[in-house]
Amino acid sequence: MEWFDNGWGLTLITFLPLVGVVLIGLMPQSQEEKIKKTALGTSIIVLGLSILAAFRFDYGPAAEFQLGTSLSWIPAIGSNYHIGIDGISLPMLILSAFVSLLAIIYSWNHWEEPRNPKAFLILILLLEMGMNGTFVALDLVLFFIFFELVLLPMYFMIGIWGDKTPRTVAGFNLTIETRLYASIKFFIFTLFGSAFMLLSFLALYFNAPEQTFDIPGLIAQAPALSALPVAGLIFAGMFLGFAVKVPMWPLHTWLPDAHTAAPTVGSVLLAAILLKLGSYGFIRIAIPILPEQAKQWAPAIAILAAIGIIYGSLACLAQTDMKRLIAFSSVGHMGFVMLGIASLTEVGINAAIIGMVAHGVITGMLFFLAGSMHHRYHTRDMLRLGGNMKLMPKIGGILAFTAMASLGLPGLAGFWGEFAALLGAYNPLPGLDLGIFRGAMVAGAIGTVLTAGYMLWMLQKVNLGEPAAEWEGHEFADMDKYELMAWAPLLVATVAIGVFPNLIFGATSDAVASLVQTAFGG
Amino acid sequence: MPIVPVLILAAFLFSMGIYGLLARRNAVMVLLAVELMLNAVNINLVAFEAMWLDSMASGQIFSIFIITVAAAEVGIGLAIVLMIFRNSHSANLDDFATMKG
Amino acid sequence: MNSLLFALTAEAEHGSEITAGGPLQEWAWLILVAPFVASVAIIFRGKTMKHQGAEIAVAMMSFVFGYGLLLWIDTIRNKVVYEHSVAIGNLGDSWVLEWGWVVDGLSSMMYFVVGSVGLLVFIYAVSYMKGEIRYTFFFSSLSLFVGAMLVLVAAPNLAQLIVGWELVGLASYLLISHYWEKKENSSAGMKAFLVNKVADVGLLIGTFMLAVGVGSLRFSDILHGAQEHAEGLLVPIGNSNVAVVGALLLFFGAMGKSAQFPLHIWLPDAMAGPTPVSALMHAATMVTAGIYLMARMFPLYQTIAVDARSIMLWVGVLTLFLTGLIALVQTDLKKVLAYSTVSQLGYMMTAVAAGGYTAGVFHLFTHAFFKALLFLAAGSVIHGVHSNEMTDMGGLRKYMPRTYATFMIGSLALVGIFPLAGFWSKDEILGTLGHGGYTMFLWVAIAGAFVTAFYMTRAVALTFFGKYKGHGHPHESDNMMTVPLMVLAGFSIVAGLTNMPGFLIGDRVVGRYTGFSRWLGTRALAMGDHHPEALEWSLAIYGAIAGVLGIVLGWMIFGKDKETQETRDSFSIPGLYPVLTVKYYFDDVALGIVGFIKGPLANAVDWVNTWVIDRIVNTVGFGTKAFGKIVYDNFDQKGIDLAINATAVGSGAAGGMLRKLQTGKIQQYAGALVAGAVALVIGFSIFN
Repeated sequence: MEWFDNGWGLTLITFLPLVGVVLIGLMPQSQEEKIKKTALGTSIIVLGLSILAAFRFDYGPAAEFQLGTSLSWIPAIGSNYHIGIDGISLPMLILSAFVSLLAIIYSWNHWEEPRNPKAFLILILLLEMGMNGTFVALDLVLFFIFFELVLLPMYFMIGIWGDKTPRTVAGFNLTIETRLYASIKFFIFTLFGSAFMLLSFLALYFNAPEQTFDIPGLIAQAPALSALPVAGLIFAGMFLGFAVKVPMWPLHTWLPDAHTAAPTVGSVLLAAILLKLGSYGFIRIAIPILPEQAKQWAPAIAILAAIGIIYGSLACLAQTDMKRLIAFSSVGHMGFVMLGIASLTEVGINAAIIGMVAHGVITGMLFFLAGSMHHRYHTRDMLRLGGNMKLMPKIGGILAFTAMASLGLPGLAGFWGEFAALLGAYNPLPGLDLGIFRGAMVAGAIGTVLTAGYMLWMLQKVNLGEPAAEWEGHEFADMDKYELMAWAPLLVATVAIGVFPNLIFGATSDAVASLVQTAFGG
Repeated sequence: MPIVPVLILAAFLFSMGIYGLLARRNAVMVLLAVELMLNAVNINLVAFEAMWLDSMASGQIFSIFIITVAAAEVGIGLAIVLMIFRNSHSANLDDFATMKG
Repeated sequence: MNSLLFALTAEAEHGSEITAGGPLQEWAWLILVAPFVASVAIIFRGKTMKHQGAEIAVAMMSFVFGYGLLLWIDTIRNKVVYEHSVAIGNLGDSWVLEWGWVVDGLSSMMYFVVGSVGLLVFIYAVSYMKGEIRYTFFFSSLSLFVGAMLVLVAAPNLAQLIVGWELVGLASYLLISHYWEKKENSSAGMKAFLVNKVADVGLLIGTFMLAVGVGSLRFSDILHGAQEHAEGLLVPIGNSNVAVVGALLLFFGAMGKSAQFPLHIWLPDAMAGPTPVSALMHAATMVTAGIYLMARMFPLYQTIAVDARSIMLWVGVLTLFLTGLIALVQTDLKKVLAYSTVSQLGYMMTAVAAGGYTAGVFHLFTHAFFKALLFLAAGSVIHGVHSNEMTDMGGLRKYMPRTYATFMIGSLALVGIFPLAGFWSKDEILGTLGHGGYTMFLWVAIAGAFVTAFYMTRAVALTFFGKYKGHGHPHESDNMMTVPLMVLAGFSIVAGLTNMPGFLIGDRVVGRYTGFSRWLGTRALAMGDHHPEALEWSLAIYGAIAGVLGIVLGWMIFGKDKETQETRDSFSIPGLYPVLTVKYYFDDVALGIVGFIKGPLANAVDWVNTWVIDRIVNTVGFGTKAFGKIVYDNFDQKGIDLAINATAVGSGAAGGMLRKLQTGKIQQYAGALVAGAVALVIGFSIFN
């Protein structure tokens, strides 16, 4: 297994989807079954390799980057093909491969108009490549490439297969198809942040005592980099780039539009994994490379996170579109993740990572459900839905379960992220302003109440009560076998992580401890 | 032999050729005129050659060239005129302005 | 001084040795896991079974009861204090999350209560819920509840307690909303869940404060830290310190779960759930979780967080009295019992706040039995007359003799008539208040006893006496329902005898048996609460008088028959009753707050999101697009492109002019040729 450990494993995990893309590209569009099987096979192999990586990973020194390699790539700018995973990226990688596979399974017989399985599956595989690549990249240029790579497939997914209903843009004399508006907004907005991030990366390169784009190399020079006069600006640039992706308030407004417009699978992948790229960037790059700036910015990030939690929850209560409600709930949940990160402690960052995984699993599940319900009801308007438990008991039951998980019910995956994030916020890194952090913690605790409020309200409106008169006589198909196959693993994961959080912490704990110690000492 | 009368003859024939080239309407007559011009030039060449008795007899050789080229040119020219005549039943040059820019 | 006394009492308490327990305790986690397994099994297999899954539920409950009984016996006999934890989450080097279970006096008592009352309620429910919708899911949820409750009371650390705490909240939501086809029922479930969630904010923050203070989430570490005045707990906050504020926040959490005023508003609405749910969760077990937490954390409140107790006392006493008054004006039988439950929870909290660890928990113990009994009997009545309203009842003692008898026993126990269970526990509470010198609170508690007797007599009279006012055919319930009633009635009679302070005759104490106190004191740390030497005669008599007075007055007003029907239905204390009927407007305030958050506030946030933040984003987007158009139109099209186009057009024009030479006429070309040749010749001859 030497070849696997020496970088081939991770390379395959990243680039095998590309092979799948090429194979599918060569197949004529009419050979649907072959195309679907190729895509499925590719993602199964990728997941298998990820799990193999999890087994080959040595959890003792989980803080070291393992299974990686560093090959010279662009010597002219000192950029190498440096990949590797540690305890922090391993769960993210597995999450990415896992959800991508489930997305392909779900898509088996759920195609949105215009029906084009070949193109759609190609986009999913390209997305998978971008996501996997981001998590294994240990070179800033490589990271940036994969970070941006995910934008294109998602843009096309939203733009072509998205919601075609026209909408008016508030405050402007303009009516435009939702999908067109949302896809451009998503793309440009995210790119806007990334542009500043790229500037920061370049600034790091040029200002580092030893010029390099290598992430571990830059981490090793962290003290020198933190002392640079431009370090604050550099951190600001990276902050912008990652904050838009998270999304942090007030840079979040692309998210509700993107989610409501996107097709089901697009929403799932966007929520489950794309959002994690931002917070992952904070943990992997921004904080270890510029710890002093991280400390200066931490209170501001905590405040923004707290605002995000409360704001997201309140906005949820005002929604009537189910997917938009779930989108705002993502803003709230990522607020908890950022609060954990802002605390700059082992507890907080561990909380953030398990929160990221939990959110991926749970909110991914919610979007699957919303998509399936939309498919059957042809509406997402909660005022028209109701009595779903009577019409589709299995889906209704799973919706209730997932909503409970989303509001952070203990025993399910979401709880530990929230609990530990608040604990981290109560007890942040020594030297940080206790007042601000504890205030943010209180806001977060109040946020849990609001979250319970809107989730229960959503359930009451959608699931409970009697079905509306307009659905009388409709035959509703309950969950079919592809949906079951796609959803069961998510449900099991939700319970498993909730009951045994060491599934995540076992990998992340040492890595986070090492990160915090290296960055902040003692 | 006195060259001037020969030159005058050649010039006279050349002028007649030019006149025919510019004034005749029928394409075949124009080609005839061109033949006339070419032959006038031939006379000129031979006359000068006789006067200067070049070691390589370049005048005579050049006039043989001209005869050959003239023959080829007339062959193609007549073929083209024939095609045009077949297509439009008229050999009147004033009618053919399709290459007008 | 405090800790010295504490240490001395600790010595005196633990006369005999505490043992560490054996295999019985090591396998005790089975009672935590079995209910969850049962719950899942019922969901997946229940519908295909003969009794639709109820068999699994009752089997599981029997197991829990049996095992709990064994644990109880073992704890008493061998003074077992056992705790075991398994790490499930390592948060770096400093924090570890654990699942575990505790077997000591307090926990095993709770296991017994949950097991015994639970088993009886489950058996009752098999018959009561027959024919009701979602029978299988009902038992699954109820099993889930039992598991969650056990996880809560077995918790060795605050994190697990919170897990169990929230899960019972979930079970409560599911069961209250059981008849969710009607919106009020699911709204009642939401109300319960959300009020508890609000209280949980306090629980969470209190947990963090105390845990960070000692660096561990475990009860044992926190309580030891409290006893040893750990530095982390004494960090000052304002005028107080971490320990007191944390203890108060935990109490705030307990206020939610145990329905203390003003967070009690969810409990009466919870009566929308089926009656077995009300009996098990909202009388005997779930609502006692808050009291349990206070009891578990008692050493904290006894030592460094003593300052927190005054607020707790006020809340407890207010609860006890004010909600008891509301019970006077309820016409729904279950609501009377609900407010009664809240009032009794107030008693328990008052006792614990006054330093009466044994008194408060003892009342929890006895109350579980007679309140569950009352609810189940009420369920039997409701089953028989198909209505919750007492206006549809009356004279039922002829139709439902067993139900009547057991309900009477339960009522008398609740009122505190010697020698039923309630007498002993209520008396112990009065004794604690008296001993602590809380005279005013003591009198309020005695007044509360009067009110209790008054409203219970009213309830009994309106339900069982007089003439039947309903329209159906009331009938006694079947054995599966009445036998649990009788068993509970038996418990209501004898439960009090487990803790009799004895009678002081001369200078000898006669008839003292304090097994319960000893049992409850079997804990890692001694509780150091006061144990009365003997029965306090004065207090006992005051309490008895209050109770008898209440009964007599109640009977006088409500016990009369036919002629005074209008009188008793229109009985009202002016000024007081209208306030009571609107429940002091607290529910409306709560509803108003919720309405404000969901309505104006949420809409305001959404407005800001759409019209302010997104407007900025869109303005930037469209502005950039417009700017691009300006640049394009002016600089590009009219500027750069103009130059390029001009070049092109110019070339074209020039070409156009030259084009005129091309006429297409051969002879004109030939003419030009000749002219050119002539010009050349002339030119050559001139310049040569």
